[in-house]
Amino acid sequence: MTAARWPLPLAAVALALLVMASFWTLDLHLAALIAPASLAAMGRYAGEFMAPDVSPAFLARIAHAALETLAMSMLGTAIAAGLAAALCLPAARFAGRTPARWRVPARLLFNVLRAIPELVWASLLLVAAGLGPMSGTLALALHTAGVFGRLFAEALENAPPGPAQALRAQGTRESLVLLYATLPQLGPQLLSYVLYRWENNIRAATILGVVGAGGLGQMLAFHLGLFQNGRAASVIGAMVLLVYAVDLTSYAIRRAMVNTR
Amino acid sequence: MIPTTQPVQPAVGKASHRVRVAPRDPAARLRWVGLAVAFALLWPLLVTTEFAPWKMLEPRSLHASAHFLAGLLPPATEPGFLARVAAGAWQTIAIATCGTALALLLAVPLALCATATLSISRLAGRMAPLSFGVRQALRGAMVALRTVPELVWALLLVRVVGLGPTAGVLAIALTYGGMLGKVYAEILESVDSHAARTLLANGGGRLQAFTHGLLPEAAPELTSYTVYRWECAIRSSVVLGFVGAGGLGQELDNALKMLAGGEVTTMLIVFVALVAGADWVSAGLRRVLQ
Repeated sequence: MTAARWPLPLAAVALALLVMASFWTLDLHLAALIAPASLAAMGRYAGEFMAPDVSPAFLARIAHAALETLAMSMLGTAIAAGLAAALCLPAARFAGRTPARWRVPARLLFNVLRAIPELVWASLLLVAAGLGPMSGTLALALHTAGVFGRLFAEALENAPPGPAQALRAQGTRESLVLLYATLPQLGPQLLSYVLYRWENNIRAATILGVVGAGGLGQMLAFHLGLFQNGRAASVIGAMVLLVYAVDLTSYAIRRAMVNTR
Repeated sequence: MIPTTQPVQPAVGKASHRVRVAPRDPAARLRWVGLAVAFALLWPLLVTTEFAPWKMLEPRSLHASAHFLAGLLPPATEPGFLARVAAGAWQTIAIATCGTALALLLAVPLALCATATLSISRLAGRMAPLSFGVRQALRGAMVALRTVPELVWALLLVRVVGLGPTAGVLAIALTYGGMLGKVYAEILESVDSHAARTLLANGGGRLQAFTHGLLPEAAPELTSYTVYRWECAIRSSVVLGFVGAGGLGQELDNALKMLAGGEVTTMLIVFVALVAGADWVSAGLRRVLQ
């Protein structure tokens, strides 16, 4: 409490003012929303989603889009891990490379990559890569590379130096020290970062399509645009199932990793 | 790791070492097989995502990219545009703040009803079947609210309430209502419940047990999680603008569609500054609470 930079009452007052100013300037017409007429309209709208389209032909198309989304999330995560693995070396200050002159620029790059959300990357990439799942995959890869780069570099800096020093003392090349001492130590940690981000990326991949980057999101935007709400409901159901399935898979892999160690 | 099992040799030249270390890796075959399997798995992924980066190098798309990239600089700084960006940035903050405030209206009652610590029947041993059922149903509802991404909520709501910030606010309120409610209930169940149980056992109401028993224990954690979520809401309200839910995101989407590069750069800079600012405020607030 003594080190507090913001006195508590001041923070509370500032927060209250922020909330009031927000409601004041946005002019949300919330009262109009809970009027009986608009509630009835909302009820009708929600009712249209209660009859999802489950015809085999449509389910087959959903399955195809779901596979596309799954592939986007996996490939995006994999590319990001590869990019970050290469870029974290200049970004880390570990023994054997004390000057680390590229540390600051590399970290700045990670911050920029990470600061821009996947969806914004996707809309930027549409210019260069066109509509379709490739833009979505690259968007996931760029944002996630920023996240991984920082995590990997920190893992590298915090690795216990013992095994590396043992190899170095025998005159082993620096690249082999990395491969045979540092990497085996960090492997499980890096893998669990990758799995965790994969869970995040499947969520992001389902919605990236809304801007035209393929997968379930593109299908959802398409059917909502045509007011085919039953079909949209099936797509949303598929999104939820896909995310749930990836969570379960990732959890199972992580548990298996803990058990084998 | 392998060389340490060998007798220590006197320091030798790098060249001779290269020849001697590599063949001694007993796991080498396994590693190569692993790599080969990984690449075999990669192939269907590349096909499914239509991954063909060389398409970006075709003259036409290269021309488009070069044109777009060249347009990114210099950032647009006309006073009229800057005023619009400032308005968009404020709208983004306001959407996140209103969304979080409305989410609280949803989350607090849900969390209070779902917290098992505030069950009176549980004092005697097992919770009554009806109370247990209601609590599980509420938890299910919160998970359902949270599972649908906020962007999908926004897409759906834009069709009901029209384009503009209202859809964004409601999307954040619904998703974050579920998220906050579930986490609040978990926090309330994880803190020391002795005082609350004593109050309930002596005839205190559930609300009294909450305000005088649980809240003093849990307040810092509850507030700090809420502030953290507000920060996340700022990030996501920018993204929500892309489906027409107002704020900086909508301006950014428009600028991207018109390929107005300079405007895109300015807005990206403002967005990054906004997120960094929210991060700073949120960290400061959370430090006060520690």
